[in-house]
Amino acid sequence: MLYLRLITMRLLKAVVVLFMIIIFNFVLIQLAPGDPAAILAGEAGATDEEFLRQLRERFGLDQPMYVQLWRYVSGIAMLDFGFSYRQGVPVLDLILARLPATLLLTGTAFVLSLALGIVAGSLAAARVKKPSGSIIMTLALLFYATPLFWVALMSVVLFSVYLDLLPAYGMYTVGAGHTGLALVLDVGKHLILPATTLALFFMAIYTRMTRASMLEASQQDFVKTARAKGLKNSVIQRRHILRNALLPIITLAGLQAGQMVGGAILTETVFAWPGIGRLMFEALQQRDYNLLLGIFFFSAALVIVFNIITDLVYGLADPRIKEGS
Amino acid sequence: MTDTQTPLLSLRHLSISLPKGADRALAVEDVSYDVFRGEILCVVGESGSGKSMAANAVMGLLPKGVYASGGEAIFDDQDLLKLSEHQHRTLRGLRIGMIFQEPMTALNPLMRVGDQIAEVFEAHGQLSGRERQQQALALLTEVGIPQPDKAIRAYPFQLSGGQRQRVMIAMALALEPELLIADEPTTALDVTTQAQILELIRDLQRRRGMAVMFITHDFGVVAEVANRVCVMRHGKIVELGEADEVLKHPRHDYTRALIEAIPSNVIPEARGAETDTALLEVKGLSKVFRSKGGLFKSAREVHALQDVSFSLVKGETIGIVGESGSGKSTLGRCVVRLERPDSGTLSLSGTDFMHLQGESLRRERHRVQMIFQDPYASLNPRHRVGYAIAQGPMANGMSKAQAFAKAKELLALVGLGGTDDRYPHEFSGGQRQRIGIARALAMEPELIVADEAVSALDVSIQAQILELLEELKQKLSLSLLFITHDLRVAAQICDRIIVMQHGRIVEQGPAREVFLAPREVYTRELLDAIPGREHELADA
Repeated sequence: MLYLRLITMRLLKAVVVLFMIIIFNFVLIQLAPGDPAAILAGEAGATDEEFLRQLRERFGLDQPMYVQLWRYVSGIAMLDFGFSYRQGVPVLDLILARLPATLLLTGTAFVLSLALGIVAGSLAAARVKKPSGSIIMTLALLFYATPLFWVALMSVVLFSVYLDLLPAYGMYTVGAGHTGLALVLDVGKHLILPATTLALFFMAIYTRMTRASMLEASQQDFVKTARAKGLKNSVIQRRHILRNALLPIITLAGLQAGQMVGGAILTETVFAWPGIGRLMFEALQQRDYNLLLGIFFFSAALVIVFNIITDLVYGLADPRIKEGS
Repeated sequence: MTDTQTPLLSLRHLSISLPKGADRALAVEDVSYDVFRGEILCVVGESGSGKSMAANAVMGLLPKGVYASGGEAIFDDQDLLKLSEHQHRTLRGLRIGMIFQEPMTALNPLMRVGDQIAEVFEAHGQLSGRERQQQALALLTEVGIPQPDKAIRAYPFQLSGGQRQRVMIAMALALEPELLIADEPTTALDVTTQAQILELIRDLQRRRGMAVMFITHDFGVVAEVANRVCVMRHGKIVELGEADEVLKHPRHDYTRALIEAIPSNVIPEARGAETDTALLEVKGLSKVFRSKGGLFKSAREVHALQDVSFSLVKGETIGIVGESGSGKSTLGRCVVRLERPDSGTLSLSGTDFMHLQGESLRRERHRVQMIFQDPYASLNPRHRVGYAIAQGPMANGMSKAQAFAKAKELLALVGLGGTDDRYPHEFSGGQRQRIGIARALAMEPELIVADEAVSALDVSIQAQILELLEELKQKLSLSLLFITHDLRVAAQICDRIIVMQHGRIVEQGPAREVFLAPREVYTRELLDAIPGREHELADA
């Protein structure tokens, strides 16, 4: 009813925003010097004007910009993202082939960081001014301050090289031909290092935020009411303080979730994880504009989707928001 | 009423220490009093008197850094101060219940009311889940919440202030405690709601034979409910005795001053403005707020103002009196153009003030200034007060040096000379309100709108601020629109009174007439609801 109408409205708005993002990205990429044809020709060692002209004609690059834009946008409306100049394969196929790997990695990291961060933050809030609380916060600060790629490299050195516990790169053991449960276990084993690496940074942020937010919530009058009821401290922490401290955490979680497509480039590169991040990096180096635009589109769409989900979660977490929406 | 048996709670030479750096070492110093079964003991004092501290010590809910440093609090043969946290916790809610001042914030905003009541049983391991809900429903019915079956599933924000306070009471009474501590439970409520809640507490207390420790700053409330009174000041007991005795024959000067500060039975003098040039003319003002539906209300429009007309002559003080939701604040905000009325006219000595826009509005704005309710929230904590005052004149083109000189002058005028380089947190509530007044005066206004400007202050401070306003008004020939929910305050300062209800003017007339011969039923109800009114207080 009211909720459904809200979602419909948000989706309509999302389409408009997405459309604007497409145009913006398209125009922005035109500003970069050199077009794909010049680069392809350059790599092929051909400087022949005629060859360049033919290439441009084949890709439609000889058309005025608005025509190119129109072709592009009308293509997207039918889920046609064009061909990768480089690989000669439809962009959509390339992206869909890589998407599951990235979502697996970032999704795992997301859940991991959120769960551990909230737990660690709650513990730190309950143990404020105690040594155990300080230890948690020091660790959080350490993870927060250490560059991601460094943690990644060092964990490879430690767990793969020295201890030989976990695989250093890739998503499966190449050539092992696992199926079923064995495949799941194999992928899981490969997932541990990259997912943890990616999770640490956000976990640190969630920890700090949960703690600060809970300490603030614990100053509220209703906490005193809860104590006056004779409730146990642990119940007060969980039911009254944590629940009221969740809103800023949801905001942050929404932001992190939006980064799930494009936010793992570094991790994917270090661990040779066959995901979107690496695809994007390669596309960028090779001026594979169609592919790059396609990835931009997906990543923007994901941000918008998670924005809507975040708003819905707000409504669940705080009845006052649902009322006001 | 007071029986002579052993007291239920007995404070013996209780001292409570404040953390280092506080304005005094002890919040409570050598305080002894008893609370007997079946009586209501009122602990009266102004903010900072330490009146709540003893109650918090009894509950084991003292703030961090504050601790009982001496004496004992004997409750049923055990010294509460010596209990472990665990032992104390098992007493809380079960044998000692407590209700707090702020119904808006004292309930968890994210939990249904029924669950919050059921929690009390859960905390002490009583009843099964279903029985807890049934009990919650019975309690809500007992405290007189309308539609208890719906209220039990409501979230606090869906209830009014009075209803929330009833929920708090239901929660505190759930396990039939022997002692109920009520910490300013009606201070944040409207007069009529306050009267209802006082009635409820008195009624429940009689029915259950509880002991009640009722903490308040308001002698009117004392007159309504107290069997015995304990007056506190600066952490010490000033006077302790039977309510009638203390109210009629206060022995201590401080008690007398507190009682005098509440003019429950003061009848406003007949007075009128010297001139008859209209300064503000309001005709047919209307304002509608649209809101989405809730649990108890379907989607609806709130008519905050409906066809409101009045005029204010130069040098006059008009009191706008009403309960929350009456539209009185909206009216004030419309007059200073913080809110845009939907229709009607608003003119300021002939100029159409309502339709001014942009630059012309900016130029005229200084003529009407506002003083806000909350002295803690209305000053930017990062600005020195001199700057806070000088900002307005500077925005209107005065040179920096001139504006700061003026700020100094104004601070001296409101009795805070030489403080212009301090920050707001260095001032008390009453002093901050003086700064608010100085800030309004800096713009050289013709009309000041004071929205509940003294409601957050202690009575004695209230009296001082009202006096200051009166004095400034004479000196600077100002006019005043004084918005308040408190008829007693209005009686002290206003020439004329406008009573509002549901966005309409119910009654308007000279203050004296409205008080002595109210024509409308609603005005009479408001007057009757003033606590302590029918009681003869000490002759001032």
